[in-house]
Parts: sequence; structure tokens; C-alpha cells
Amino acid sequence: MTLSVAISHAQGGFNLDATFECGGGVTALFGRSGAGKTTLINAIAGLTRPRTGRIIFEGETLFDSARGIDVRTGRRGFGYVFQEGRLFPHLSVRQNLLYSHWFNPALRAGAEFTHIVDLLGIGGLLQRRPAQLSGGEKQRVAIGRALLARPRLLLLDEPLAALDTPRKTEILRYLRTLRDETRIPMIYVSHVVEEVLELADHVVLLSAGHVVASGDVAAVMGRPDLQPYGGFFEGGAVIEAHVEAIDPDDALVTLGFDGGTLTVGNFDAQIGERVRVRIRAREVSVSLAAPEHISIQNILRGEIMALDKPHGSSVTVVISVGAARLRARITRRAARQLALEPGMQVYALVKAVSLDRHGTAA
Amino acid sequence: MLSREEIDIILLSLKVALWSVAISLPLALLLAHGLARYAFPGKSLLDAIVHLPLVLPPVVVGYALLLLLGRRGPLGGLLEDWFGIVVAFRWTGAAVACAVMGLPLMVRAMRLSIEAIDPKLEAAAQTLGAGRLGVFFTVTLPLALPGIITGVLLSFARGLGEFGATITFVSSIPGETQTLPLAIYALTQTPGGDAAALRLCVLSVVLSLAALLLSEVLVRRASRRMLGYDAVGRD
Repeated sequence: MTLSVAISHAQGGFNLDATFECGGGVTALFGRSGAGKTTLINAIAGLTRPRTGRIIFEGETLFDSARGIDVRTGRRGFGYVFQEGRLFPHLSVRQNLLYSHWFNPALRAGAEFTHIVDLLGIGGLLQRRPAQLSGGEKQRVAIGRALLARPRLLLLDEPLAALDTPRKTEILRYLRTLRDETRIPMIYVSHVVEEVLELADHVVLLSAGHVVASGDVAAVMGRPDLQPYGGFFEGGAVIEAHVEAIDPDDALVTLGFDGGTLTVGNFDAQIGERVRVRIRAREVSVSLAAPEHISIQNILRGEIMALDKPHGSSVTVVISVGAARLRARITRRAARQLALEPGMQVYALVKAVSLDRHGTAA
Repeated sequence: MLSREEIDIILLSLKVALWSVAISLPLALLLAHGLARYAFPGKSLLDAIVHLPLVLPPVVVGYALLLLLGRRGPLGGLLEDWFGIVVAFRWTGAAVACAVMGLPLMVRAMRLSIEAIDPKLEAAAQTLGAGRLGVFFTVTLPLALPGIITGVLLSFARGLGEFGATITFVSSIPGETQTLPLAIYALTQTPGGDAAALRLCVLSVVLSLAALLLSEVLVRRASRRMLGYDAVGRD
């Protein structure tokens, strides 16, 4: 799957000028509110017509202002899950789910109705009206409705934004199952870093209508220079890891990554499960010698790659640990006293690890 | 209870009012949808023209119809030459007059209810494969149903009571164009017709009241169905 987008659009003083490509898996369109994420996803869906540019999906031109091509929304074959569900209030849940089949009788032959209904756990709701559903149920039906149109690409515009925290966790779980089971490529709009880390494989970072960066989630989200655009988390590292061992007695889990191991609190992990961890720069200290008699469990040996430009009293040290790049925010004075320089061998003392479950057991 | 003449008058009035609704309904839907959902040059002018019958003296509308659709009028001549349809001084003409007079009421009610529909639902329908017509018939139309019913019944009731435009356009021919209000007027002009006129007046009140009550019931049922309250235990 390849989607290639190069469009510019102007709307009420706001300029969107975005160029990016994405492949299969889950691509997050990430940025603060007002960055142009929704305009961009609507242009991909065909709901907003950009002023100029091109949108090409799998070699098929869906929009090309120069050649006057604009394939209408219904023919693009993209599913769309909106922030507010947008279920049709006059139709039952079953009719909502099967809405796309009225316009494309070829879809009726499929047997996926039962499968999708089971997957989303909405079998008991089929006779109800949208007005009788809770927020989480509505969003599950909306996801099912989009899936039953058998989309080539699923667009999701902040599908969790209107939900309370327990419902968010619930829908996120369904989205994760979906990603792993259906293999439908997804574009996921969000301004919440946890959602991106938990779901996405790639990220396109938008700011003020421009693509600031795009690429692998771990690579982009770990870059401290991009932090002002996303406002994600104060600089740090994102590391892909897997569950190596579980110690039920101490309720600890050992995560392996390319460069070492990390110990975290137990989270009903399964051996082999893929997880993504975030380590904030301010949670990492640097030591020249292997520290002894210390309570910190996660001590990683690595090499200083670079010292970033000092910011106020602090400076960020980039330390390579295997393939991972850790960041440590320490005071300028400490850096001077330890005479830190690129190439030096140091120990990174990690005080806290945040964890995002990324995948099911591999 | 009712005399043969009275029954004929009522049947004619109902026929004229029903046909007037049938003529104006598709046009009103088109106008209401266009005015509610699209921006185009001349929109304000079109809106004003649609509303004109509401503010003009009915006699003016009737006379304009006579000039346009009379046998020697530009449109009336065409209708007769091409389709063999004559509306002047026929009950069909009365239906046309009522349709024109009822159109603003119909468009207004429908437009308001279409404007109240969230365009985001129509966008959602598009993403599921619906084209413009598909969206209109599966989302816009059913959700606008309460307004459509209101518009139809208002215009139907208007048709039952239409007087000025009808009498000017198609005159008051008993058995052909003499609807209820025209018959009442004729009776009040006839010495000794007071009692008969009063009977027709009562009939007229009953018919209009029935139409309004029916509208109320239908609208409530339709909106209840739309909003999904039906299974909460009231039915």
C-alpha cells in the first residue's frame, strides 16, 4: 500500500501545504489542534477539495488539480471513522452497519458481517437505535460500519477524543485488535502522544499546516528538536522492546531491546509481547563509573553520541545503547565537571520508564 | 346527512388540494434542498420569488396565472399545443393555483428541517459509498420527514381554503372549479343561501382541523422514529 499526498489548501486564513507518503500499517497524522490534521484527512477522503495538488493511492490518481481529476468520496474506497461516530439516527445499528451495502451490492456476498460484529462485540446491539447506545458502543458501531464497506484504507479522525478514559482504553483495545487482525492500512489522526505510540507504526508530524517530519514512530517521536511542534513529551527516547521474562514474585517484567534489558513493573504482560517504552530525558542521569549500592534498577552502558545545545541551566546528552538512543537531561555544570564528550563510555541511570503496549504476542 | 351537492363539493375540494400537493411536492423538495444546502448566484432572488405568493394579494397571483396559463397565454398555448392540456377554467387549473399558493409554506417547512440536519451525517454517508442522490434519499429525506409532513399538510390545508387565486384564474364553475370556499361565497351571494353556507362553513372547519391534527400526529410519530425514542417504552 502506498498513499502519496502533495496538496496545498487555503481556508479562512489557514494554509495547508502538506507532502508525505505512507505505506501499510498504521500511520499517525500527529500534531497540535489547528495543525491541519483534519483538513488533510478530509482531503484524502475527498470531503475537502484541496486548491492544488495530487493524491495517489496504489498508483491510482484520486485527485489531481492539474488534470482536473477528483474521484468522489464514495468511489475512493476509503473507510472513515469520525470523532463523533456520526451514526444515522433514523436507522438501527444493523442498518447502520450495512449502509454501504445499499450502494455496493457486491459487498453483500461477504461473510465478514458476523466476524466484524464479533470482533467489535456489538452482536447484542443490532436492533437498537443510535440514541440508545453509549459513547463507546457508538464508536464501535461506527468502526464496524466503516469496515463493512471493505475499505482499502481506513481513516480515523481522533476516534477517541469524545470518550471518557475507560471508553478510550476500550476502543484502543479494539483498534489494536483490528490492526493486527485485519491488516487494513490505517491513517490515524491524533494529538495524543500515548495513542500514537500505542497504535502507530509511522508518524507524520504536522505543524501549522506543514509536515515537519515523517517516518518511523520511534525515530520521529524520540527527536527532541521536534518536541516544540508536537508538544508530545518533554524530550526523551522511544524504544521498541519485547517481554523477555516475568518475575511474578517481585511483580517485575524484564524487557529486552537491541542494546540491553529494562526492568519495569508487571502489567499482565505475555512473554514475547511487543511493547514500546518511553524514557524521558529528565528521568535519566549519567555516571562515569558503574554505580554500586544504588536503588536504581535500570543502568545501561553506552557511548555518548552528542551533547545538544545547552538550554538554560541544562544540557541534553545523547547516549547510544545498542541501536537505541537514550537522552539524559543534566545540568551544564555536571556536564562540565564530568567533562562529558562524544565518544566517552558512560552509564545511563534510568529512574522511570513509561510503557505503551504496542502489539500482541509476536 | 350531507346532500349530493355537498359531497361533490367536498370531493372536488379534496381532489384539487391533493393534486396541488402532488404538483408542488417534487418542486418544493428540490427548492428546499437547493436553498438549504447550496450557494449559487441569484439564491436570494429565488428565495424571494418562492415567497411571493405569501405576500402578494391572491387575486394578483390568480391574474398572473390567467395571463401565463390561459389558452392564449405563452405557457397555456404551449401546454395545449404540445400536451393537449388545458388548465384554464378546469379543476386542474384550480389545483395549479392552490399549488402556487401553497408552495411557499411547503418550501419553508422543508427547508427548515433540511437545514436542521447535520451535514456531517451526509458526509459520513458519502464515505460509505453514497452518491448525491443516494445521500438525499437515504439520509436527508428520512431525517427531514417531519418537516416534509408539516409542509405537505400545511399546503394541503391551504389548498382546501384557497379562494382569491382560484376564483380569478379558473372562475367559480359548479362541479368543475367550485371548491368549498368558492361554494360558500356563492351561497352567501344567493338570497336564502345562508343556512347552506353555514353548513359548508362547519364542514370546512372540520376538514381543516382534521388536517392539522393529522399533521401533528404524523410529525410526532415520524420524529419519534427518527430520534429512536420508540423503544424506550412509550409504544
